[in-house]
Amino acid sequence: MARSVSPRRKLINTTVAWAIGLLIFFPILWTILTSFKSEAQAIAAPPIFLGFDWTLENYRVVMERSDYGRFLWNSIIIAGLSTVLGCIIAVPAAWSMAFVPSKRTKDILLWMLSTKMLPAVGVLYPIYLLFIQMGLLDSRFGLVVVLMLINLPIIVWMLYTYFKEIPGEILEAARMDGATLRQELIYVLTPMAIPGIASTLLLNFILAWNEAFWTLNLTAVNAAPLTAFIASYSSPEGLFFAKLSAASTMAIAPILILGWFSQKQLVRGLTFGAVK
Amino acid sequence: MATKASRSAARIMMAPAVILLLGWMLVPLIMTLWFSFRVYLPLRGGDQGWAGFDNYVRFVSSSAFWPAVTTTLIIVLGVLAITVIFGIMIALLLDQPIWGQGVVRILVIAPFFVMPTVSALVWKNMFMDPVNGLFAHLWRLFGAEPVSWLSDASMGSIVMIVSWQWLPFATLILLTAVQSLDSEQLEAAEMDGAPWIKRFWFIVLPHLSRAITIVILIQTIFLLAIFAEIFVTTGGAFGTRTLSYLIFQRVLESQNVGLGSAGGVYAIILANIIAIFLMRIVGKNLD
Amino acid sequence: MSLKSTLSAATALTLITAGGAFADAHSATITIATVNNGDMIRMQGYTDQFTAETGIAVEWVTLEENVLRQRVTTDITTKGGQFDIMTIGMYETPIWGANDWLVPLNDLSAEYDVDDILPAMRNGLSHDGTLYAAPFYGESSMVMYRTDLMEAAGLEMPTAPTWQFIREAAAAMDDPENEINGICLRGKAGWGEGGAFITVTGNSFGARWFDEEWNAQFDQPQWADALNFYVNLMNDYGPEGYATNGFNENLSLFNQGKCGMWIDATVAASFVTGDDSTVADSVSFALAPNAEGVEKRANWLWAWALAIPAGTQQEAEAKQFIEWATGKEYIELVAANEGWANVPPGARTSLYETPEYQAVPFAKMTLDSINAADPTDPTVDPVPYVGIQFVAIPEFAGMATEVSQEFSAAYAGQQTVEEALAKAQAIATEVMEAAGYR
Repeated sequence: MARSVSPRRKLINTTVAWAIGLLIFFPILWTILTSFKSEAQAIAAPPIFLGFDWTLENYRVVMERSDYGRFLWNSIIIAGLSTVLGCIIAVPAAWSMAFVPSKRTKDILLWMLSTKMLPAVGVLYPIYLLFIQMGLLDSRFGLVVVLMLINLPIIVWMLYTYFKEIPGEILEAARMDGATLRQELIYVLTPMAIPGIASTLLLNFILAWNEAFWTLNLTAVNAAPLTAFIASYSSPEGLFFAKLSAASTMAIAPILILGWFSQKQLVRGLTFGAVK
Repeated sequence: MATKASRSAARIMMAPAVILLLGWMLVPLIMTLWFSFRVYLPLRGGDQGWAGFDNYVRFVSSSAFWPAVTTTLIIVLGVLAITVIFGIMIALLLDQPIWGQGVVRILVIAPFFVMPTVSALVWKNMFMDPVNGLFAHLWRLFGAEPVSWLSDASMGSIVMIVSWQWLPFATLILLTAVQSLDSEQLEAAEMDGAPWIKRFWFIVLPHLSRAITIVILIQTIFLLAIFAEIFVTTGGAFGTRTLSYLIFQRVLESQNVGLGSAGGVYAIILANIIAIFLMRIVGKNLD
Repeated sequence: MSLKSTLSAATALTLITAGGAFADAHSATITIATVNNGDMIRMQGYTDQFTAETGIAVEWVTLEENVLRQRVTTDITTKGGQFDIMTIGMYETPIWGANDWLVPLNDLSAEYDVDDILPAMRNGLSHDGTLYAAPFYGESSMVMYRTDLMEAAGLEMPTAPTWQFIREAAAAMDDPENEINGICLRGKAGWGEGGAFITVTGNSFGARWFDEEWNAQFDQPQWADALNFYVNLMNDYGPEGYATNGFNENLSLFNQGKCGMWIDATVAASFVTGDDSTVADSVSFALAPNAEGVEKRANWLWAWALAIPAGTQQEAEAKQFIEWATGKEYIELVAANEGWANVPPGARTSLYETPEYQAVPFAKMTLDSINAADPTDPTVDPVPYVGIQFVAIPEFAGMATEVSQEFSAAYAGQQTVEEALAKAQAIATEVMEAAGYR
């Protein structure tokens, strides 16, 4: 609904918007700045905003202490595969819900969402025992499956709303041309749904990346992602603000960069495509 | 357009997702139900036999139960209110023509990418710490006594931290909804001399209703389960113990899986009550 | 990207990761779960030396204390077998040992010299006389104070102060204008944080958790005395927001010169006299206080120790590591590289007989504090339990965390001391009934 406004109005709007944006972003900015300070300057009173001695010491210490690369790689693999796997399972389901709706479609959708309401900690022991039985503890595969299942309802939902936007006439035309169901899905629907699928992938990648209960409790060495990396820096003796900030920055930087580059898709993804 | 063949094909295509989720729901659910009727104490050697309804009675009769339910609801409602109201305001603002819109939008969504544990740690140590926190310095700058946020204003602090994490999500959904608003209708109303509050109430808000519903639905699901923010900041003290935190204390700190499982069953019931309530609204607002 | 290629790519990747999980398991690698405190992190730095000596590779899982506890407890009770060595404390060891979940450490080598371990530590890490965990470092609690501020106040700290003197000294050193608090103490909720501190404070006022019939004792006047004294002391001379301060927060305050006194773990001594401290040159130490006329002092006993979960495939290698990490040679290794003040304290008698270590300012007071603590006789009145700042029963951690949350709420002024004690009494009674003690 963008309209043309007077330059004065635009200036006021710009100022207010930037102020709010910076305010919301400030905690992250402050963390990043603190990660470049020495421990003493990190807790200096009054706080130093920019005029401190910039140092990479904290990053050096963190890199020396932890195998950051392995945590990062695990995060990428686990978040990435669980999202991809989730999409593969969710696309057909969402397709059929969107194009062959039955009376129960909405119930099934809502039921799927309600499975997300089980409190995770309540089922820690059952799941842990199950994982021991299946030999899945500390395996990336086990985490991929769990995170996929956790996010599956959201994926189905998002895809469902995207698919609903695709006009049914196109499908009928394809069917007239003698396309089989499989061809219809692969050659007609998928290309049209690519933007929607992309944003679904992106949002779920973020959700999987930030998941911190199962990724902490079901891993030890081999599969531990960045959430476990952070757990080894939170509240060590002496509250090292600067090192904590460096570790935090390292944990969020990859996803922050990914998010910034794909901001446009994400905007679309988050709206579930349904809100026009 | 649905034929019989496509219907059965649809069922087949839906099957993997439905079966997997059914399994993911049923297996833990059945195990939780089973444990909730057992005296299951891991540190005393595991399963000690049948408990009847003891765990259920003990969980609700504990003095911590009702406060935990109230706390859960306050946090969920508080965060929903803040994120929706501020989300609408920021969305309307960002929809105006401004310089550097893309950058501002990036700044606003950034908190969504931060892990809950990290954001809780950052807020607790770098902002809310009553001695070294930035807020304490700010307060002293104006000659005021620093506030011990996490003990004296514990609920407010937690709601604030969680709201900060979820505001980007709400803003984004609402922003796209605002952008699709029919500007001619608004301009016409403006010409007719309708004050902005009326324009907002009768044109903008109804248009946003569906987006607001989505925000509420998705956020509620995540907010009912918030854990890391409380674990890191207050550890459940100062009246911030939610139902899921209480279950954590029973299962992991007290090592009473039977009791915790009974709590889990209550949490599922509470979640479903909320779910049914939400679905009612959603059912209306979603086609 | 077509669906088909996505599918096959994903399947392939899944198979690779699943396969990778199995391929990662080497025979000569041990996995150690540990806490992220300074001494443990220092040890990780020396692991390469162990690997070079023995050919055994070591994988570390370093977690903050609360997460570690939750993680290792889940794993040991379900026999998950994720770790070959777990870092546990004096609270867990006897309970787990009694359940046969730990490998007994009764066949350690002669050069390891198990008799060299301080008797208090050895007792605390044993069940029925069998050692189940080897102490990496041990601690008690003591008073750390600023000599410069004491001097300015015209006071002299006795070696064994009373709480009354501590209050007097706190009043004299308190200087809000210069951001100096008379005293800093733990108030943070959690059984190992503020819960531990208030329990030993209780002990030093003649209070106890339970009587010999496992009746909760929070309705007794000794508890009211202890808690009232603590709350008044901290409200008058403590830092802002002390109800959320734990060990870390207080260490940070003390190092910044914002505390006149701090009563806490003896291991803090090496930090407050270390490089990160702004007051390193003006710190001295005294025994933890007692209330006048009470024979028990407020000093606890704790050790972070290494234990081997029963059922591990690498028992021999794990034992080798434990002997290396908790043996005399490791202490010498650290001393040679980082100085005697930085060696892990409180575990071995021989350390306190080393002349170089005796020269360290806090060595004697640490040893005296440890020796003054007796887990088998922690309170004035007899109790049915073992443990000083904890009660060595499985139900304690959960119960004490809830009790300390009520206390913290009282510290923050959200309820009165009487209300907090009444709730504590109800919580403890409820838990003991549920666990079948009464």
